[in-house]
Amino acid sequence: MVKEIERYGIPIVHMATITTISESVGANRIVPTVAIPHPVGNPQLNADDEHALRKALVKKALDGLATEISQPTHFE
Amino acid sequence: MSDKYKVLYYVNQFFGQVGGEDKAGMAPEYRGEKIGPALGFEGLLNKNGEVVGTIICGDNYFNENKEKALDFILGTIKDIAPDVFVAGPAFNAGRYGVACGEISKAVAEKLNIPVVTGMYMENPGLDICKEVAYVVRTSDSAGGMRKALPIMAQIADKLAKGIEVGPPEEEGYIPRGMRKTIFVEKRGSQRAVEMLLARLKGQPFTTEMPMPVFDIVEPAPAIKDLSKATIALCTSGGIVPEGNPDHIQSASAQKWGKYDIAGRDALNAPDFYTTHGGYDPVYANEIPDRVAPLDILREFEKEGYIGKVYDFFYTTTGTGTSVSKAKEFGTQIGAELKAAGVDGVILTST
Repeated sequence: MVKEIERYGIPIVHMATITTISESVGANRIVPTVAIPHPVGNPQLNADDEHALRKALVKKALDGLATEISQPTHFE
Repeated sequence: MSDKYKVLYYVNQFFGQVGGEDKAGMAPEYRGEKIGPALGFEGLLNKNGEVVGTIICGDNYFNENKEKALDFILGTIKDIAPDVFVAGPAFNAGRYGVACGEISKAVAEKLNIPVVTGMYMENPGLDICKEVAYVVRTSDSAGGMRKALPIMAQIADKLAKGIEVGPPEEEGYIPRGMRKTIFVEKRGSQRAVEMLLARLKGQPFTTEMPMPVFDIVEPAPAIKDLSKATIALCTSGGIVPEGNPDHIQSASAQKWGKYDIAGRDALNAPDFYTTHGGYDPVYANEIPDRVAPLDILREFEKEGYIGKVYDFFYTTTGTGTSVSKAKEFGTQIGAELKAAGVDGVILTST
């Protein structure tokens, strides 16, 4: 899905935990996430810490979209 | 007993009979017995070999703690020193396939022990290990177990005995990209001319050198100014509105959904939940934004960090979904996003 959407020339960032799969499906912008059942969250943290973590992850994704790249890149 | 060769087996929590998604977080364990497919596998070795034990690891644990899991697994294999290592088969299970692929690669490369595993052609774990392991071509679901195990056992038997394994099409494994020197009756020029003639006559022929197929999509240009950009949110994590109005499948999705989120601050429970059948849904059902973070995107929108969150959210289920379907979904969703003038996309996967 990532690859076919990007084929239209729209930058897309894949937020996923198993980044080897992201790479094998042809994602170019990749943000490694927390865990498979809660990629953008961590139920073990308290509400404030979880919010800070989630905000930081989404910011990485947005900043990744605004970054020129020439090959598959992880934004960590 | 002692004249039998030793086989060591790897399975995930499900085939290791520990449990389903709720046990996917289990750390690797070694059991000195035959569990799950290992049991049937030994029977197929015609009493020449023995499965001495089974390593079991949760799919989530492996993929989230790869280094730690590999350390334990490689250490165990080194101690036991099997003649052949067998993993799976993983069919079309992505996390299990990646685990089998990574372990197979490490065992073959670091321990120099021959490896046999089994996967469906589209499994993302295939590319990780197909050059160093024998990966038997399986069906996409565990229904293919009976067919896959005898083929895997036959290759394992040859590897353990040091008998040369034949070409992929004869032995049933996926081509490893190796070329071998063989003796044939006709010389190369003659074979080439015969192929050319067959081709000109429209007759079938088999190339001796298949060309690899590359399909790379170059990275799209970056967004120049985030504060003016419209960002769309997509997920393969199965987040759907309450009641799953479009009946998106919980696995092997045949369709995607598009939902109006204009005016919504979050994808909160109970208005939204996950229909995905491939991961433990507890955390996503509690806070669906943990999978598709609309709430955070809204915060960035309010702060002016991005221009706007696109009014529709796109969703499907990634587990067991074929690559051809995923391509179709991407093509359809991409066309809509392009037409709507969306500047960038966040796609989350579980």
